[in-house]
Amino acid sequence: MLENIISELEKQFQLEAVDHNSSDLVFLTIDRDHAVMAIDLLKWKFGYKHFVLLTAVDFLEEGKFQLTYILNNPDTKTDIGVRVRIDREDANMVSAHHLWPTVATYQRELKEMFGIDFPGSPRLNDPFILEGWEGTPPYRRDFDTKAFAASFYHQREGRTTNDPATYMKEKLYPNE
Amino acid sequence: MSKKEFFPMDGDRTKYPEIKSDGTADIDLSSHKYIKLWHGPNHPGITGNMAVELTLCGDEVVEGITHVGYLHRGFEKLMERRKYIQNFPLVCRIAVPEPDYNEYNYATCIENLTGIDVPEKGMWLRTLTLEMARLQGFLMWIGGMAGAIGFGTVGQWANYCRDLVLDRFEELTGGRIYHIYILPGGVRNDIPEGFKDRMEKNLREIEGFMKDIRRAFFDNYVFKKRSVGVGYIDPAWVFDYGIVGPNARAAGFKHDIRKNYPYAKYAELDFEITTAKDSDIYTRAFLRFEELLKDIDLIRQILDKMPEKGDHISKVSNMMNLKIPAGETYVRSECTRGEYGYYLVADGSEYPRRVNVRGPSYTHGVALLEKMLVNVNIADVAQLMVSLHTYPPEIER
Amino acid sequence: MSLEDLNKKQIVSPDGEHFEVDPMNDYFCQDRPEEVKPVNKIVERFYNWARSESLWILGFGTGCGAIEMRPLMTPRFDAYRFGVQWRPTPRQANLLIVSGYLSTKTLKRVIRVYEQMQNPKFVMGLGSCTINGGMYFDSYNTIKRLDYYLPVDVYVAGCMPRPEALLAGFEELKKLIKAGKAEGANEYANKFDWYKKNQKEVIRDWDMPDYNW
Repeated sequence: MLENIISELEKQFQLEAVDHNSSDLVFLTIDRDHAVMAIDLLKWKFGYKHFVLLTAVDFLEEGKFQLTYILNNPDTKTDIGVRVRIDREDANMVSAHHLWPTVATYQRELKEMFGIDFPGSPRLNDPFILEGWEGTPPYRRDFDTKAFAASFYHQREGRTTNDPATYMKEKLYPNE
Repeated sequence: MSKKEFFPMDGDRTKYPEIKSDGTADIDLSSHKYIKLWHGPNHPGITGNMAVELTLCGDEVVEGITHVGYLHRGFEKLMERRKYIQNFPLVCRIAVPEPDYNEYNYATCIENLTGIDVPEKGMWLRTLTLEMARLQGFLMWIGGMAGAIGFGTVGQWANYCRDLVLDRFEELTGGRIYHIYILPGGVRNDIPEGFKDRMEKNLREIEGFMKDIRRAFFDNYVFKKRSVGVGYIDPAWVFDYGIVGPNARAAGFKHDIRKNYPYAKYAELDFEITTAKDSDIYTRAFLRFEELLKDIDLIRQILDKMPEKGDHISKVSNMMNLKIPAGETYVRSECTRGEYGYYLVADGSEYPRRVNVRGPSYTHGVALLEKMLVNVNIADVAQLMVSLHTYPPEIER
Repeated sequence: MSLEDLNKKQIVSPDGEHFEVDPMNDYFCQDRPEEVKPVNKIVERFYNWARSESLWILGFGTGCGAIEMRPLMTPRFDAYRFGVQWRPTPRQANLLIVSGYLSTKTLKRVIRVYEQMQNPKFVMGLGSCTINGGMYFDSYNTIKRLDYYLPVDVYVAGCMPRPEALLAGFEELKKLIKAGKAEGANEYANKFDWYKKNQKEVIRDWDMPDYNW
């Protein structure tokens, strides 16, 4: 079932990688310009009409963001994850809000939390979760949340940090 | 293609006010025809700590904008800097009424990627906790639904029943609200002796209360008068707006992850998908009530079919510094609100690269709610929100 | 609300009448909070007894601790027998329960809510996250200790505190009030500048008057 769809997709698009996770979940990598076209095709031709999620993964070392669109076909009970690698420096992606109106919400969140731009998406620049945030978007990996929290908020003294493995061993099994 | 078809965000503003060419409503606040009113975050008729910015014309809502983020703690960021096992205390705090779904999904993600086996009894105990979580989630919701139309008595009964379930949770897991019971490889403790009898006693008591609630609330003239025909969800919106769970089933979409994608031990249990047709507030409320009764039945089935003996957790070596090879997976389960999904990306280290939570309220609470609020009477806003069963921490995490 | 909304503006009524609105003077009181000194020791002791027996909680679920408030209202725990009840608006409440972590976005609303409450008023911090950040110690969006932003009378530890712990917290607060030690509102008035400085350090888009009640 999924093999047929992938071979159909391969005829039209350049699939960079195909990872079979299980018999009903497969992840594909498609280049940035064709991804939304492939999602369009998956929705209208292959029945992947339930949009599960859209999220981004930050691969800081490679200088890339990976966007993952997970689509679900409720009739065949299969899922396809469409992965797109975009440049981290100039992060922008073709908007998919015309396929599902709810995608606009995901794109608003990604714009705020990762700084990924989706030109044309409705209400993209409205604040969604954060209020008055300045600087690096917090979900980027180069944003250090612990250092930020330590310097920005008033701390109460007395908090210590232990390595959980050794601490548990000393506390619970001191004789082993 | 007309503007309206291409841009479905503009909602069904059939009456008033007019829609401008860019798709937004033509609302001129200085004309004094409209009132801007914030519904929340400090408001008794709101589901949790969120806000809806309403624009009213008379007592009718012409525009509603959801504001979330009041509960944002940055879980997905915090999880990236904790080891896999350290994340269990975090994940359960994402959705307070039903923490077990978070634990289950996260543990299953880890099991999928590492190939850890779960023993038979561990799976049964997981199914039991998930069903109990559904039961107490629905009980809490019924209290909220009745409270939204000012019917406090039902809330008192439902919360008493919920306390009974929480007692059994405490006996099984040690915690009232946060359990941290499901771990990779199984569950933390075995079932205590005599649990089945005590659960059965509680379930009988809950069933007695449910008879009362049905007569007092679902056959109630005022509730029917206020909710029948209000808050209609068009079946055509189900895929457009990512509607899942009871909201979709009340619109006639026969979809239940427990049945369609059987996880844990649901394949061995006997139950039917509840569906309804009318898709208004009353139908959604009654459908949830029916599911609640089915959950009681399912808990009985689980306790009957659960094997007496067997391991509840498999031995996993070096859980503290568990390393997961690079890969990604998506796991879903059916909580009271619908599809609860976890997307986990591992990069071969001891820390997850990214964990993304797909809460069902994410789509219900923002895009769908904003669409449904249009042309609703201000008095119905609270019950409309509760009937969607939105839970804000899932939206912003 | 945004900062522009606080500027003076001309408004035309539906009848064509022009008038000027100055939101800072017309909608908000500009006076700073003042310390309320006890009139007389005996009268004050009577007042404190009365206050301690009628704790009216503002029903604002700021965090996950709010989930244990509902069982408190129901027959099993029944907080009403201690004179505790829930009110929908800050004007009718005298006890603000900060139920758990506060994101900076909520902190702003909580400050407004606290300032809108009438004297005498008390604050209870619920959960470890109000004490030292709890498990969100490294979160970029939650405050780590509440007593820098609002005067806290009682903390209830735990994550999350059980209803019994909350009842014990109410009892503790009652003792404090009866002993005349729950002077949070006066402390807020006395150290007003210090509290405002701390609040403004954390809330980066301060778009409201300094004191709004």
